[in-house]
Amino acid sequence: MTVHDRPIEREAPAGRGRRGLAGPSLVAFLALCERDVYVTLRREFLAFLSQSLLQPIFFLFVFGRVLPEIGAAQGSYGTQLLPGVIALTLVLTALQNVALPLVIEFSFTKEIEDRLLAPIPVAWVAVQKVLIAALRGMVGGVLIIPLGELILPGGVDLSSASWPGMVAMIVVGALAGACLGLVLGTVVPPNRITVAFGLILTPLIFTGAAFYPWQALDSLRWFQILTLANPMTYVSEGMRGAFTDLPHLADGWVVLGLVVSLTAFGWLGVRGFVRRAVD
Amino acid sequence: MPLVEVHGLRKRYAAGAAEAVAGIDFAVREGEIFGLLGPNGAGKTTTIGAITTRVKPTGGRVTVDGFDVARDPVAVKQRIAVVPQRPNLDRSLTAMENLVFHAAYFGEPRGARRRRAQEMLDRMGLGDRGADKVDEYSGGMAQRLMIARALMHEPRLLVLDEPTVGLDPQSRLFLWAMMTDLRARGVTLMLTTHDMVEADRLCDRIAIVDHGRIIALDTPRGLRRLLPAQEGLEVTLAGPQPLEIAAEKVDGRADDDRWHARIYGALTPSDLAAAVRDAGRELIELRRVEGSLEDVFVHLTGRELR
Repeated sequence: MTVHDRPIEREAPAGRGRRGLAGPSLVAFLALCERDVYVTLRREFLAFLSQSLLQPIFFLFVFGRVLPEIGAAQGSYGTQLLPGVIALTLVLTALQNVALPLVIEFSFTKEIEDRLLAPIPVAWVAVQKVLIAALRGMVGGVLIIPLGELILPGGVDLSSASWPGMVAMIVVGALAGACLGLVLGTVVPPNRITVAFGLILTPLIFTGAAFYPWQALDSLRWFQILTLANPMTYVSEGMRGAFTDLPHLADGWVVLGLVVSLTAFGWLGVRGFVRRAVD
Repeated sequence: MPLVEVHGLRKRYAAGAAEAVAGIDFAVREGEIFGLLGPNGAGKTTTIGAITTRVKPTGGRVTVDGFDVARDPVAVKQRIAVVPQRPNLDRSLTAMENLVFHAAYFGEPRGARRRRAQEMLDRMGLGDRGADKVDEYSGGMAQRLMIARALMHEPRLLVLDEPTVGLDPQSRLFLWAMMTDLRARGVTLMLTTHDMVEADRLCDRIAIVDHGRIIALDTPRGLRRLLPAQEGLEVTLAGPQPLEIAAEKVDGRADDDRWHARIYGALTPSDLAAAVRDAGRELIELRRVEGSLEDVFVHLTGRELR
């Protein structure tokens, strides 16, 4: 029985060896991205859409349509709500798309191993996960805009929107969520993940200024301060600033909050990942 | 130059814990099959982990093809492939896609990937199962697919962790034939096992590891010589009468019309054959008794359970 009918080729492809390692690593990085995009589009697209959009659709419908309809909220509430729900979708979709697969791949399926053995520094594997999850978050977040047009009574009003601001907030918001997910996915032990998700996701959703403008919390000072600890607050408020001319957390604070959150969680997450990956 | 060099490798997983590997030295020569044999928890998997960049040594140095695993992990990863103990296939992909994407990670040109993947599937007897999702694969098939995947980027060193655990006899024989064949093609193989038959049959050299140290390293035959007083000759003659012979010790018994005996002493097989002929007896079987590798293993590592 022969496994090979030709000798193993010895000539090394270009770029192998001590020099030019960035070349093979870049190739591997892009190939990992290609695999993830392929799986998202070909295998998981409906699952991805429902996981990412179902909850925001209900938030939009119940808070933006039902409550004003029965007189429990003002008709203009939808304008406040939409940027918040986009922020929520960005952050949560990106977060869950890093954290959940990571926990499963590290402990149960061990799928991460083939990536860790690819010719790429281990930290890049973490960065690649963040990037793809952020991309998924962005797709989810952007899709909320047409959904808002369908669901909200007043539709979506983009007349006072800042397009560069929106694009920047969508990209940065999704990255912030993904970095948070990287921390969760690497810090939480696999047997605690359901508990951890329950304990972390609900407060994250409701203290992130998605359903109320931060400015309006003046009368509830302690809660207003508490929300500043949630990275999502900066995404929601930044999004509100980019979408509307309604009062929102000052741009400077939004930028600071996002920079701190990205740096801190990005660093912690990559460090956590490398520790999980290399004993 | 050896392909793998391990110098004074040490690994302690947590401060205060016992050392999983407590100073190991060995070298794997290019083109050989090298076995790491040892009880559970002896340090085999940690040693493999260090060579494959997945475990960071707390002491010592490991190089693959001259590249230090701690300093140049990417260069090392380009030269090695690992077949793990438990399946780690990409379950979102088909068998074919598993191979194709793996090749992509290693920069195999796009056109060549699919062709080579089909070739590997054919060789592993999975030629018509390429479109199946891998969750539908049996244990033996998953393992053959992992080997196919490992070979996609033409590694210099193939590392197999407990490769035949849980395989049916057919899969085991296939795997053994494949490993021998790979060696013939110049691939260096390293495997961990506690299957003595496997180690004996496949490995050119074996390191026996226990308590984080190498306690013996030799060819399977060389290891057997470590057994005290196990050498002797086993002989079967036609006719039930005992053979009169001068030897240290003769354990003989008659069985039907044959005489079986184990003879210990300085006697060589040709001495014994001559004595049989001189006595006018018919020789049916004569073989040298060597202790089994299992005897050696138990002799060196003791009998207590781990």
